[in-house]
Amino acid sequence: MNDPVLSIRNLSIDYIGATTDFHAVKNVSFDIGKGEFFGLAGESGCGKSTIAFAISRLHRPPALIRTGSQILLDGRDVLTLDDQALKQLRWREVAMVFQSAMNSLNPVLSIERQFYDVLKTHTGMSRLSARARAAELLKLVDIPADRLSAYPHQLSGGMRQRVVIAICLALNPKLLIMDEPTTALDVVVQREILERIHKLRQELGFSVLFITHDLALMVQVSDRIGIMLEGELVEVNDAQAIYRTPQHGYTRKLWASIPRLTGKPIAEVTP
Amino acid sequence: MTDTAPILALDNVSKVFNRGGSTVHAARAVSFALHPGRTLALVGESGSGKTTAARLIMREYRPDQGRLLFRGEPIEGSAVRDMKAYRSAVQMVFQDPFSSLNPVHTIRYHLERPMRLHQPSLKGAARDAAIAEVLTRVKLDPALILPKYPHELSGGQRQRISIARALAVNPEVIIADEPTSMLDVSVRLGILNLLNDMKRQLKLAVLYITHDIATARYVAEDIMVMYAGQIVEWGETESVLGNPQHPYTRLLLSAVPDPDRRFGDTRFSDELDRIDLIRRQSALEQPEVREIGPNHFIRPMPV
Repeated sequence: MNDPVLSIRNLSIDYIGATTDFHAVKNVSFDIGKGEFFGLAGESGCGKSTIAFAISRLHRPPALIRTGSQILLDGRDVLTLDDQALKQLRWREVAMVFQSAMNSLNPVLSIERQFYDVLKTHTGMSRLSARARAAELLKLVDIPADRLSAYPHQLSGGMRQRVVIAICLALNPKLLIMDEPTTALDVVVQREILERIHKLRQELGFSVLFITHDLALMVQVSDRIGIMLEGELVEVNDAQAIYRTPQHGYTRKLWASIPRLTGKPIAEVTP
Repeated sequence: MTDTAPILALDNVSKVFNRGGSTVHAARAVSFALHPGRTLALVGESGSGKTTAARLIMREYRPDQGRLLFRGEPIEGSAVRDMKAYRSAVQMVFQDPFSSLNPVHTIRYHLERPMRLHQPSLKGAARDAAIAEVLTRVKLDPALILPKYPHELSGGQRQRISIARALAVNPEVIIADEPTSMLDVSVRLGILNLLNDMKRQLKLAVLYITHDIATARYVAEDIMVMYAGQIVEWGETESVLGNPQHPYTRLLLSAVPDPDRRFGDTRFSDELDRIDLIRRQSALEQPEVREIGPNHFIRPMPV
């Protein structure tokens, strides 16, 4: 791939235990291209969220990234950055939407204040220009600017999730990481939000790392998909190939465990 | 629908919540019936009133209007003794397998207690045998599982315990509220198969509440689509999903993740372009019922 935005090389992450270590991520390598929508799928505990946290160095002990691992963002190894450089990296280059992001908004601050918080810390923007920028960002996610004065509890779950996405886009990051961003929402709202992200990344050109266990959804929206099993990346391919001609036995089994809305309720496994 | 008489039915039930000056119609003229050996799926988005329907059946809420019928008799005003029979006949499986088991008690306690309460004549070895039997039914090894605490089990195992606990009192009706939504896809199918087996072997009547329509198709003979407290479309599952007639049903189906429909493919965007309009109109009262095929009905949106 020419000029990937993110390039992960030989990433190994262990959770250090008292007697034994748990190998959460085992020698994983993959690239995400500029403007690419990359999906990472697997069951709970397979290591996909651990990778997401490691990319912006948000992992905490007992998680330990083993030497020899590289996380290159635009060619720069995130793992070698000092605190000051990390501060520059977060939000500005990589922004992350968490699974329960809608609950990550501060309940006692208005929506405007939450935008201002990020904009002031990272760009030193004034209150007035932050307000204008926040209004502009809310418009991107189909929320009228008059909701700036609202508090999180006055918005629905789907709206809160869109506010978080808008804050993530505030500093034009190169990479947006979304860890199960719509799992707590119902299908219609999920569709609205992902449809919006799909359009925004075409307009703004950022790349997306999308993490979910919903393989059908992932195929709908991703360009390429990686399948993880117990810390290993067992298959990486174009989304359509993962769907139509899965190579790894585990990928085939995953498809066979998902009830379908049309045709046969369950796909046949071809061993 | 079926030849068998319904074991449990809601007859024109309404429930209204008033909060802070605004009124929420959580159930509006809801009627449906559960039959032995059949699963009825109730699907809809969060806030549509699905769980209110479950709570009305579990007698956590009393209906403002309408009746709850058990074996054809209204349950309202029943004697305490009848209520106890109702409680052992109607059991619930909850969404969250992590919070619905008591962390300070063993699995044995969770299964023994419903038996003590509902079958006091069952004692000693006979009760142990009955506990072992329900665990074997949900495909868990009694010797391994009984002394364990909930935190020692996986999510899928815990949900099997929840089902075993419901089965422990020999129920006739199971109300399953999103029983698989917190489980991994690979574990989900095992629980769905278990529900299907229970229904067939024990002739249970099951109400399967979910927002995942594909799983509803996998377990349910009949389906109801609910929005804003109203059942807007109902009938045989294959007929409703194969030939959806209510705009809200079509919207819901078009939003279900389908690997054959890429994002940005405009062929499918009709309903998705009108989300707000469909939501607004579907929330209005729709008193008329129209039969659009054998055992397939809708409440048409007001024009």
